[in-house]
This record gives sequence, C-alpha cells and structure tokens, in this order.
Amino acid sequence: MARAVLSGNEAVALGVKLARVQVVAAYPITPQTTIVEKIAEYVDKGELKARFITVESEHSAMAACIGAAAGGARAFTATSSQGLLYMSEMVFWASGARLPIVMAIVNRSVAPPWSIWCDHNDAFSQRDAGWIQLWAESAQEAMDMVIQAYRVAEDEQVLLPVMVNLDGFLLSHAYEPVDVPKQEVVDRFLPQKTPAPYWIDPSNPKSYGTIAAPDTYMEFRYKMQAAMENAARIIEEVDEEWGKFAGRSYGGLIERYRCDDAEIGVVLVGSWAGDAKEAADELRKKGLKVGVIRLRATRPFPAERLVEAVEGMDAVAVVDRSLSPGLPSVLTAEVKAALYERARRPLIKGFIAGLGGRDVTPLDFAAVVESTLKSLKEGKGGIVWFGLR
Amino acid sequence: MVTVRELPLEEFWLPGHSACPGCPAALGLRMLGKALNGGFILVVPAGCTTVIQGIYPRTPSRAPLLNIAFAASASAASGLKAALELRGLDAPVVVWAGDGGTVDIGLQALSGAAERNEDILYVCYDNEAYQNTGIQRSGSTPRGAWTTTTPSGKRERRKEAALIVAAHRVPYVATASVAYPLDFVEKVRKAASIKGFKYIHLHAPCPTGWRFPPSKMVEIGRLAVETGAWILYEVENGVFKLTGRSRALLDPSRRRPLEDYLRTQGRFAHLLKPENQEQLEELKKNVNDAWETVKTILERGGKIF
Amino acid sequence: MASELPLTAIAVPAKGAAGRTGLWRTERPVIDYSKCTKCLLCWLYCPEGAVVRRADGNVEIDYDYCKGCGVCANECPIKAITMVEEVS
Repeated sequence: MARAVLSGNEAVALGVKLARVQVVAAYPITPQTTIVEKIAEYVDKGELKARFITVESEHSAMAACIGAAAGGARAFTATSSQGLLYMSEMVFWASGARLPIVMAIVNRSVAPPWSIWCDHNDAFSQRDAGWIQLWAESAQEAMDMVIQAYRVAEDEQVLLPVMVNLDGFLLSHAYEPVDVPKQEVVDRFLPQKTPAPYWIDPSNPKSYGTIAAPDTYMEFRYKMQAAMENAARIIEEVDEEWGKFAGRSYGGLIERYRCDDAEIGVVLVGSWAGDAKEAADELRKKGLKVGVIRLRATRPFPAERLVEAVEGMDAVAVVDRSLSPGLPSVLTAEVKAALYERARRPLIKGFIAGLGGRDVTPLDFAAVVESTLKSLKEGKGGIVWFGLR
Repeated sequence: MVTVRELPLEEFWLPGHSACPGCPAALGLRMLGKALNGGFILVVPAGCTTVIQGIYPRTPSRAPLLNIAFAASASAASGLKAALELRGLDAPVVVWAGDGGTVDIGLQALSGAAERNEDILYVCYDNEAYQNTGIQRSGSTPRGAWTTTTPSGKRERRKEAALIVAAHRVPYVATASVAYPLDFVEKVRKAASIKGFKYIHLHAPCPTGWRFPPSKMVEIGRLAVETGAWILYEVENGVFKLTGRSRALLDPSRRRPLEDYLRTQGRFAHLLKPENQEQLEELKKNVNDAWETVKTILERGGKIF
Repeated sequence: MASELPLTAIAVPAKGAAGRTGLWRTERPVIDYSKCTKCLLCWLYCPEGAVVRRADGNVEIDYDYCKGCGVCANECPIKAITMVEEVS
C-alpha cells in the first residue's frame, strides 16, 4: 500500500485513474479544475488510457458522458456551482437514461453574488435529479468514493449515476495523507463492465429515450425510485466490501461518531464533520454526551439508518450548509420527514451556516450544541441562522 | 453519380411513422439509410424527428438511435463516438438535427465538436423554422417568411450555417436538398469515407410549415435550387465548389425568377402583395448576397479562407 | 406492469410505429401499369417508404401505410399515378 499526500481533487483524479475510466469530459470551473487538469496529465502520459474530451461547456460535458455511457464506456466528469446548474438539464437526462456515470461535484456556492467558496447549494439544487448523492469528508474518502461509486452505479439493480461531493477548497485543495490501493486490488473490486443489453449495439438496433405516452411514463420513473431503494442497500454492501479489499470503510449510508450513548446529535454532510467531531470530543470531556451523524448519502435519503442513529437522543442539531429561500433548510426538512412517524422524536433544531464559505469552527459547533440544549429546555426547535452578521 | 436503381432496396426508416404526409425529413432519413446501407448510429435531438419516431415501444429506425436533449446532439455524438472507438466498433455516428437544434440552441455544441474535429457526420435537415412546436422562426428562417412568431414576415436574414461550420476548417461541408436525393446520397457517402468532422446542410421543404400541398414537396425543393434560393455546394478541405444544378446558376440570368418559388408557398404569400415590395426586395437581396459570396470565393479559386 | 418494461424507453424497430397510417389519407395513389416505365422515381421520392419494389421490377403501393401525400403522383414523369378520393 503506497502513501501519498494528496489534495481532495488529486485524490479524486487518482480514483478516476484507478477506476480505469474510459471517457472523461472536461470543462474548467473553480474549484474543480485541478481534477480535470490532473486527469489530463494522466492521459497525456499514457497512465490512463482514456479519451479526454475538452468540451465547450458543462452542458456538453454531461451530454458527452451520456453519449459515452450509452455507447458502453465508463464515463466521468466534474463540476461545481454554476457549471452544475448549467448542466442541470443533462443531469436529469443521465439518470432518466439510467446511465452509470460518476461525477465529482466540488461544492461551491451559487451566484449572484459571485462566490467561489464552499457551500452545498449546488449539489442540493439537483436533489430531485435522480442521481445518487454521496458526500466525502476526507481526501481518502473522496478517492475511495469514486471507486465505490462506479461499483454502485454499474450494479444491475441500480444503474443510476452518482455524484461524489467534496467541499470546495476546504477539502478539494487541502492536502492530507492518503493510502493508495494497488491497481490490481481496484481491478478485482471493480471489474471492467461488459456491454449490457441496453447499450447501443449496431447489430441489435433500438431507439433510446423515445416518447413515452402517459400510459407508460410513470412506470419508467417508478423504476428509478425502485433503483434508489436498491441503491440504499448496495451502497452499504459496497462500502463493507471495500473494507475487505482496502482495509477501510466508512459506515455505509451514515457515519456515526460517538452516537451509541449520545443524548445530543449533530447531523450534517461534508468535511466540516471533522470540526463537529472535534467539538463533540471537547464537549464530552465536559460531560456532555454528544454524537455526530454524518450522512454519506443524501440520495437515497437514509431515513431508516437515521432513525436508528438518533435512538436515545433527546435533541438533534441539523447543520445545513445550504439555503432554500422560503423553506429555508432542505436538510432539516428531510431529517424531520424521516423522523416524523416515530412515536418518540428528538427535538430538532436547524442551523443555516457556512454559506459562501463562511468559516465554521469546532468552537462554533460547540455553540450549536449549546444552542440546541437551550432549545431542548425551552421545548421548541425551529430553524436559525448561525453566524449571521 | 449513383443511379436510382443502384440504391439499396432495404428501408432503414420503416413506413407507418408519425411524420406529416409529404414530410421531407422522412424522405431525407430514407435516403440517409440507403446512402450508408445500414451500420450507422443516429443521434437525434428534440425536433420533428423525435416525434416522427412515434411512441414507445416501436420505432421506425432500423439503425440504433440515441434521442438526446435539444442543445446536446453534437456533444452526445462526440461521447458516443469515443465509446464506440474504445470498443473497436467502426460504425459511423450521424447527428440528424433540425435547423433550430443546429443554428440556434445547438450551435455551441456544434461549434465545439467541429473545432475538436470529432469524427462524426452532422446532418442538419433544414425546414427553416421550429416546425415541431408549430412553426416558429429560427435563425435559419429566410427573410420575409411568415411564422407564428413573425406574423408580418421575418425581418432578419438567415444564418448561413454551412459557411459557419466551414469557418472551422473541417474536412467536409456540403449543402444538399431532398429534391436532389442522389446528390445527397453521394455527399453522405463521400462524407462517410472521410475521417474528422463532416457537415451536410439538407434543405427540407415542409408542407405543413411553408403552407403548400404535400404533393409539391419535391417540386418546391427543385424550385428553391432553380431560383437560386438554395445553393448546392461542397467545401472539401477548404476548397469550395458548386455542385449539381447550382453549377449552371452562377449567372443570375440563368436562375428562374424568385417569385416562381415564393408563389408556391403560403408563408410568402404576403410578400407578393404590392405593399410589401420592400420586404420582397430585401429577400431578393439576401439571395443575391449569397451568390455574391459564392462568386467571390470562386474568384479566389474556391479557397474560402 | 413496471416490471415488464425495459430499463428506460427503449423502442424496437417496426413498421407502423404510429399505427396504420394508411388510415390518415383522404386520397390514394393509383398506378396505371400500362403507362408505368418502372423508372422508380415514385419509390425514390416517397417519404413513407410506402412504394414497394416487387421482384418483377414493378412498384406497388403499400396502402397500409400510404398517407396519400401525392408526391409520387406529382413526380411521376409520365403521369402514370393518379390520386383518387378515398370513398368512406
């Protein structure tokens, strides 16, 4: 097992190389650009035998991935923010076409105002697109997640594309030590897929993505939901299996940190889970039983696992790095929905924080927990903005 | 030049599809199939041909066909070609896109694919408006034409898509017409033998959108060429030459009066009224401008750039 | 029913993707074989592929799918095809 010091983006690029991706569509956008630059180097040096298509927009990047995957190739692209929004039509197309594309999203806030810094609005805007959405905390996990993503996507019971999310700058550009698995290990974990009956085959001509009248359209979409339900199971199986191959796994759909006896939980996605875990450790020293629930998947939404994870908790803080104006917190709403039917529900307090890359530290997470405790005593949850000036 | 008898008997676009009676796109698809004699893959963006395919579970296409979103045909075709090459499959990838999906919403992806010299054949079937959504003007609609969004006639000249593509210096660009199907077949075959980006702009007189009886579809296509409104040409490795009937029409006196073409179509009916004389003159000027460009190019020995 | 469907809308090549389109027409082409020279232009120009070439070199109309557009009649160089009103 080799060790390397890699940024989150470099780790993703290495994951793409190890996964023997065959077609990469590339378009630059901060803070994703170094992913495609690194892949360009690999291809140029012959380290990755892939066709590297430098498209003229993100919309075309996804279209090229769709064409490639429909033609039987393993395809990849990466984007952020505006690029993802611009690509959105084709993002929906990829999942409806049931193509096992993997895309890295380096999470960045959306304009206007222009901001290159991290929040989760870009990925959350696509939560209805029918893509599996996974979230990495570390560079190690980001690399492993790309490899796992192809395994999940290409499973015959899934056949849905996967977004691998990593925080812009905070993870994409931060350097961490990474264990790099051997190519042979990845090859055994992720065999080259063979063309399936629904890929374009000149000797068996079919028309793909034709019109479906009201008498069939609903059933085609139902199949996507069924696939998502399969995906929930398969994401866990794949993560567990990766543990046997590479010696590490991440908890499947959810990572539970010190949750077993926790009275207060913090629910979130992304790399700031590290800061929340630090806060939890400090608060535990003071006698407060805090646990962190990091959702590795938001689609499929891991309702069952979440219900298990909050068992015994009196209160839960949901910290959301995105805003849906008028709601305002998607993550809080989805957590509440998952817990609604339980007879015993913890108090849930939502926090909107860290938009546009505003820093959130372990001390801030400790304050979030204190605020949640106060709300617990007062018996009302609600949603508040954290760190607003 | 191939003869009618030499064309394959096989149909690659089966009858009983959803096209209007007399549809030029359907004719074009039949000819495309016979030109390539099967073995090709179609990429079809939103447009008439999406609907012409009918409804799941049947399709008229005997070639594999990837339907794709409106703006995305050239880029989807690029990705598809890459995948097929990696699988060692030699099948030609052919985009079959309407004028809206080519000169307007599809122009960016088209330009990108042309600049990358992707090894695909892009055929634009040009019925001169967004016909599928009910006859709205596109960048390819000629000046003066009635559409639902230009009820008094379009005020702007049309884009010259083939020349735009030629500016990318791709190996092969051509115009063609469904009224000259053997010429189209020859051009498709020539294009298919070339590696790199090929583009054919196919004139497709639309009975429904241009307002004429379906039986006249081919005849009106011929009139377009005979009057000079549509020019048949090829640009091979940057060298321009007129082809077929258009070769004889460089001299304007050899062209039939434009009115012979215009009076056949309801979309131009208003242009022939005396109060719209100015609009008619504008259209005639546009037609002449195109021929002036041709003349200038030919004076340079056919070298466009 | 969902389980009977393919993964996504994947259609199989067949005649009549829009049904028996012969039902659309209001007039039908009729070939006068005494005039026909077998030039095959009607076969060439039919947008439907509803003019079929027979083994004996003649053409015939596939009335199941012919939409009655009349292009064949218009293009026939010797006017061997007449468009006749459908009797309903």
